[in-house]
Amino acid sequence: MNNRLYGNLIFELSVEGRKGYSLPKNQFGNYQLPEEARRKAELELPQCDELTVVRHYTNLSANNFGVDNGFYPLGSCTMKYNPKINEEMAVMPQFQNIHPEQPESTTVGVRTLVEQLEKALCEITGLAHFTFKPYAGAHGELTGLMTIDNYHRQKGDLKRKKVIVPDSAHGTNPASAAVCGLEVVEVKSLSDGTVDVDDLKRIVEEQGEEIAAMMMTNPNTLGLFEKNIPAIADLIHQAGGLMYYDGANLNPMLGVCRPGDMGFDVMHINLHKTFSTPHGGGGPGAGPVGVREGLQDFFPFVSPYQGNFGVMVKAYAYILSLGKEHIAEVGPLATLNANYIKESLKDVYELPIATNCCHEFVFDGLKDKSTGVTTMDVAKRLLDYGYHAPTIYFPLLFHESLMIEPTENESKQTIDGFIEVMRAIADEARTNPQVLKEAPHNTPVGRVDDVLAATHPVVTYKALVEDKES
Amino acid sequence: MYKFFPHTEEDLKLMLEKSGVDSLDELFSQIPQDIRFKDAYQIPSEMSEIEVRRVFDKLAEQNKQLTCFAGFGVYDHYTPAAVPNILQRSEFLTSYTPYQAEISQGTLHYIFEFQSMMTQLTGMEVSNASMYDGTTAAAEAMMMAVAATKKTNKVLVSQTINPKTLKVIETYALHKGIEVVTIDQNEGVTDLNDMKAKLAEGGVAGVIMQQPNVYGIIEDFTGVADECHAAKALFILDTVPADLALLKTPAEWGADIAVGDGQSLGIPMLFGGPYLGFMCTTSKLIRKMPGRIVGMTKDNRGQRAFVLTLQAREQHIRRQKATSNICSNQSLMALFVTVYLAIMGKQGLKEAAQLSFDGAHYLLDQLTSTGHFKLAYDKPFFNEFYVKYDGDADKLYDKLVQEGFLPGVRFEDGFIFAVTEKRSKEEIDKMVKIINEFK
Repeated sequence: MNNRLYGNLIFELSVEGRKGYSLPKNQFGNYQLPEEARRKAELELPQCDELTVVRHYTNLSANNFGVDNGFYPLGSCTMKYNPKINEEMAVMPQFQNIHPEQPESTTVGVRTLVEQLEKALCEITGLAHFTFKPYAGAHGELTGLMTIDNYHRQKGDLKRKKVIVPDSAHGTNPASAAVCGLEVVEVKSLSDGTVDVDDLKRIVEEQGEEIAAMMMTNPNTLGLFEKNIPAIADLIHQAGGLMYYDGANLNPMLGVCRPGDMGFDVMHINLHKTFSTPHGGGGPGAGPVGVREGLQDFFPFVSPYQGNFGVMVKAYAYILSLGKEHIAEVGPLATLNANYIKESLKDVYELPIATNCCHEFVFDGLKDKSTGVTTMDVAKRLLDYGYHAPTIYFPLLFHESLMIEPTENESKQTIDGFIEVMRAIADEARTNPQVLKEAPHNTPVGRVDDVLAATHPVVTYKALVEDKES
Repeated sequence: MYKFFPHTEEDLKLMLEKSGVDSLDELFSQIPQDIRFKDAYQIPSEMSEIEVRRVFDKLAEQNKQLTCFAGFGVYDHYTPAAVPNILQRSEFLTSYTPYQAEISQGTLHYIFEFQSMMTQLTGMEVSNASMYDGTTAAAEAMMMAVAATKKTNKVLVSQTINPKTLKVIETYALHKGIEVVTIDQNEGVTDLNDMKAKLAEGGVAGVIMQQPNVYGIIEDFTGVADECHAAKALFILDTVPADLALLKTPAEWGADIAVGDGQSLGIPMLFGGPYLGFMCTTSKLIRKMPGRIVGMTKDNRGQRAFVLTLQAREQHIRRQKATSNICSNQSLMALFVTVYLAIMGKQGLKEAAQLSFDGAHYLLDQLTSTGHFKLAYDKPFFNEFYVKYDGDADKLYDKLVQEGFLPGVRFEDGFIFAVTEKRSKEEIDKMVKIINEFK
């Protein structure tokens, strides 16, 4: 049984009668669960000893790639280093063992931490209050939009059900608006990727009284700062709407510009991006929502307690470690790293918008389109060289989007190594395109068949076994 | 220089030169000067690790760890040592969503196992890769029911669900324009006649119930699924997965969607999160289910592989047409639950559930024998129960907290107590002794 490179399912390691747990003996006497309340179906969980379980998951981890493994230039995701001290602080027993229904007299520490984190985030964003209830970025968007919806409702302004969203926005923006019961109005981008202010004016003129809010990221998803932001904010405010800041791209603004000063009224922060808490393979994150003074009364009840408190502990440890001095360096250094990569590769990759970017930028695939090599092929080949791929096929404005975000933590050596590999791949595209088409070659599994998974869904071990039998 | 910023003076010089600017500031020349942030942040100065530890030690000291007899959706179950150990493996911890399947087989593999385990617990056919928590999973189930049944925008919710879950459901419903109608309770359980009457009014997309309910009572849902289906509504059951080791499964009750919080599967209480929401449903409804799903496939070398699948349902494809905006899952917590269930296995989970059940019934016996407590509703319960107290409940609560106990959750004229396998007979006897001596 080779569990090293490509593991079995834990169910396939199960042997009847094995156990990996230990529990105290029953001291209470036996009580009987009524027969009619009992499950009839056998509970087919695996039966494994502790070592088998530990080895299984340890070996599985070897099939993964994290920030600790290597460079992770995933655009829009801010894959910065997750400092180890943060993890230690979050598992202190005096945090871990606190029940959320405990009386206040026994939770002074955790509540003080929340207050202090709120204060720091207010200062960094230029806003007045935060709610920590949202569990993730998209949950934050929804919470922020609900806050805005509550505000308009309270004013009796019931017509305001439209949210203006740039066509370059993250998919969650329009989806959050829809879940909030609001209608999306798309505003066009100019060829330089920024919001078309004339199109926005037209929308405001036509539908001004129905506008609840405008959602923006700044810098936008192309990594470009929307320089017209003061004018845009004025336009929306004059029409009676509020400005929502999607904090997904907050990182380059640290030490540079605050959303509150740009004219935004409501925002969420992805603590798992800007404030270094680990992405954990897709969560848990945290999406606290900040507002201008007066709007805090409209925060909705979107979760029972203080959100993902454990994530907040890590973010607070990060803020304390960096302090005001180094928080202010984050934006400039992340921006320098991105511009350096952009300038070093633009002769071989297509740079659709040639201007200074912020923390990230987008190539529209290889410059030489004659080879037939796609962004997908470039991404998969990068995996062979030991790099995580950039974000691909987003934003939707270009056909071959390749979105690169290096973060402030990467050294010139690391970045130079990446640049070298990206150039080598561009060479391979000309000399040996097949090697790219078939990439990756050096990973635990090769290119996977997405279509087979979707047309013939097998999503549980039980289905897999039944599938084999039939 | 700073430990997280490896840029030397020489690096800065070369990189600025390549970027075509003279200074870091010039990189931001497109930002209007009047909105640039030029002050220093009014936050503390940088701290060494030693100083950071001091701050956190001080914060930690200001919390009091209590011997926990509280539940109300959050349970003090035991975490086997292997679980947090695996969670700290940074290949799992510091990775992103497994979009690049070829270097994310670790994550995809354990999510497939997670889905397999959750379907075992609930008896349902399919599971998603997890959601934020139990309350938001219930709200998502509501929206799923409305989307799946079309032309209906009303859901019925039993008054015996946790009030915090109800509040989250109502928040989502308010904005989405869904009407929430509560079903009356009668003697601590859902009034099924009231449910029938409200179903008969028509236009109901889903009916949401909780098992065990907010009082810890095991409700009898016989016939509920049939009533729902006859009215073309989906039956949504919010459950506590640890209890499902012994309890009749959502599938056996005929549920269409099973949701709940996975916190009971050994996840630390941590002042409210992170926990894990789960959602399971039938194969028929899989394309209506929100959240990520991992499926099995093959790679181009013919090997078994796992991949995110059925993504056409999700927000990044559907944008404003999506019925859910959920983007992430609680992946690391799904790993937590997967390793927990692998360690506990088929037998351990049952044993822990039985110990919790026995401990709770023992505690009730001891409390009843003081002569001051009475079970509020004489119904079967699992490991949580609501008792009325004939004295000053607030004072008794304070006294027990002072003595290092968390005496459940104060509720109306009594307490809702919960017991897990972590509570010993000695702890229960000690708390009851203090109660007995309390004047």
